[in-house]
Amino acid sequence: MAETLDLSLFVEPGDAGASHMTLAVEGVSCAGCIRKIENGLNTLPGIIEARINFTQRRLAVDWRNDEIDAAKIIAAIETIGYHAHPFAPERADADESAQARWLMKCLAVAGFAAMNVMLLSVSVWTGNVSDMTQETRDLFHWLSALIALPAAAYAGQPFFQSAFRALRARHVNMDVPITIGVTLALGLSLYETAIHATHAYFDSAIMLLFFLLVGRTLDLAMRRKTRLFAGNLASIKAEFARRLDANGELVRVPAAALFPGDRVLVRAGERVPADGTIINGTSEIDESLVTGETLYRPAQAGATIYAGSINVSGALTVRVTAVGAGTLVEEVERLLDKATQARSQTVQLADRAARLYAPVVHTAAALTAAGWLIAGAGLHDSIVIAIAVLIITCPCAIALAIPAVQVVAAGALFRSGVILNGGSAIERLAEADTIVFDKTGTLTLPEPRADERTAIAPELLEKAARLALSSHHPLATALARLARVRSPYAGAIEEPGRGVRAVIDGTEARLGSASFCGIAANDAAAQASRGGDASFISFTHGGVIASIPIRQTLRPDAVAVIAALRKRRLKLIILSGDRPDAVAPVARELGITDWQGGLKPAEKIARIEELKAQGHRVLMVGDGLNDAPSLAAAHVSMSPITAAHLTQAHADALFLGDQLKPVLQAVTISQRARRLMKENLGLAVVYNLFAVPVAITGLVTPLIAAAAMSGSSLLVTLNALRARLRTEGA
Amino acid sequence: MNVLIYLVPLALMLGLTGLIAFLWSLKSGQYDDLDGAAVRILPDDDVASR
Repeated sequence: MAETLDLSLFVEPGDAGASHMTLAVEGVSCAGCIRKIENGLNTLPGIIEARINFTQRRLAVDWRNDEIDAAKIIAAIETIGYHAHPFAPERADADESAQARWLMKCLAVAGFAAMNVMLLSVSVWTGNVSDMTQETRDLFHWLSALIALPAAAYAGQPFFQSAFRALRARHVNMDVPITIGVTLALGLSLYETAIHATHAYFDSAIMLLFFLLVGRTLDLAMRRKTRLFAGNLASIKAEFARRLDANGELVRVPAAALFPGDRVLVRAGERVPADGTIINGTSEIDESLVTGETLYRPAQAGATIYAGSINVSGALTVRVTAVGAGTLVEEVERLLDKATQARSQTVQLADRAARLYAPVVHTAAALTAAGWLIAGAGLHDSIVIAIAVLIITCPCAIALAIPAVQVVAAGALFRSGVILNGGSAIERLAEADTIVFDKTGTLTLPEPRADERTAIAPELLEKAARLALSSHHPLATALARLARVRSPYAGAIEEPGRGVRAVIDGTEARLGSASFCGIAANDAAAQASRGGDASFISFTHGGVIASIPIRQTLRPDAVAVIAALRKRRLKLIILSGDRPDAVAPVARELGITDWQGGLKPAEKIARIEELKAQGHRVLMVGDGLNDAPSLAAAHVSMSPITAAHLTQAHADALFLGDQLKPVLQAVTISQRARRLMKENLGLAVVYNLFAVPVAITGLVTPLIAAAAMSGSSLLVTLNALRARLRTEGA
Repeated sequence: MNVLIYLVPLALMLGLTGLIAFLWSLKSGQYDDLDGAAVRILPDDDVASR
């Protein structure tokens, strides 16, 4: 059947009949790949420019509409040997890169100013102990002011704006004391310069801004990197649907371009792209990604069907519907709303530190001024000393202490296959003392696997597996994974809903349902009851008849990971939507005694709320649509990358691959990161314990301030790097 | 110390040139694809084809 591909959702129109599109490209790993793709595309007629961004693994293409179109470009990349997936441009992406550029500019300006002011300051410091005249010193101070004031006005904007927003919302963040400190230090220095004084603090103020901007830039760079990666994954996973147009033509469109009322054709073995009602056809539906149930559900015209489930046997025509009252999706969304509202805003370490920091420092400065006034010092001297206290306690160390650890820890998590949705997830992951697992797709692999330890002769199994390559049925797909020869048999014919047949070595072989292979109905029923949770696929060739069990299997390292988690004294629980008799063997194999099966989304939440009420902090790991509300309700949550879309959106972190190990690594790395954050805050406190008394006694010169500030910042940054050192060994 | 009258502005001009050069390179997208720049120098087909 001829199909057209409609990609208009991804194409940005340019001027004069030109268009632009961004694609995520799989498998670009070297200079050769870049050259092959770029040369291959740039020689095509109609392509204006094709350029790969190797850092982002994305390809940007511009072309003229009258000579080539988006579908042809993707086909061209396919013939070159790479898979390209169109990428929906996102507003948040563009905003973030604009912000990253702005921060870089601020950083450059602050760096330039800090270097040049320091050049002048070092001259003044050495001049003060040798033979500098007052005129020269004044000139140098005025020059410093000339550089520092405009630079601070420009480079300080990120902090000033954030402080202003916080104050307007009537709360205090770290940027408020920063803004006050910088403004006072600059104002004081300007006054001191005007009265020909010996000391000015232009260098301290601008250096403070420079260090803080380094922290901000690192923080943003980390978030952008994970977002870019998540964006590429999303577009690689993005689903396409076959839409039936009014005149009966099939058009392949991205699932995001479907609207209620559209008619969609879902073939056997395909994933359902949107929620809807079946209007034609009968089939069986695998809803393991929706409810966790592993038994197939029969479906016929009139039945409701959910996005993410797999159509097992027959072709279905589905009318896309908006979320209807009383459906599972509606219940999930209602529970989600409630869970998201109820989610207590956990106060992060950095905010807690900021809340303590600002009042303590400002009170200390005020007390210092008052103390010196009472002790008989002049008003001017008292204020100078009080401002020196503000400068020396500058939150450099504190503002770097936590972002530096977060950046290093997120990098370590990224390398172990965990992608964070936000920086605060690290702290919450470290706090978890209970882990609730979903079963289907989380503890077990997302797709069923054929059991290799069956009683069937290996060469017969190989034949069955190779024959399975010709079928789209999910059970056949699972069996096909075992095939060592990856080419299907020539002339294999698939009979929809029944099986495949082909002639092998002169005799006919059949693979499919029991009746298709000539097994009597009551024999098949007897076998199914012995098999427990397994589904069977039958195979016959040359008089031999065999049934191959296909079942959900545990992730390969699940037993070891669960044992390691238990060793860390974490409470482990399984809450599954699948039948209890399917959950029991899994729980037994993993040695988890606390498990429940057959749960509805609301019951899962109820159990999590109960755990929370007992004071537990719950890490929820799940992938099904039915898990989404529980993920939102839990203290922190993780999803495998195969999870349903809605579920991924509510997870704090995603993990990649077939292994369960990333869950263990996420917990380990986060706990270490939290320890380092606390250490860093401790270091900052110790630094202040030494520095503040010196400042209060009025002994701080600009030289001491500069040395103390850089010293403490360097110390916490080096300490943060230890998070990386130890994960390399792990 | 009269030498300062032209040495200090000279030093500042040099610094400012560096800053402007950096801002220009940022604006012209030199930092958009750091990994790509590292691998793109490897193929030398442009020499052979011309």
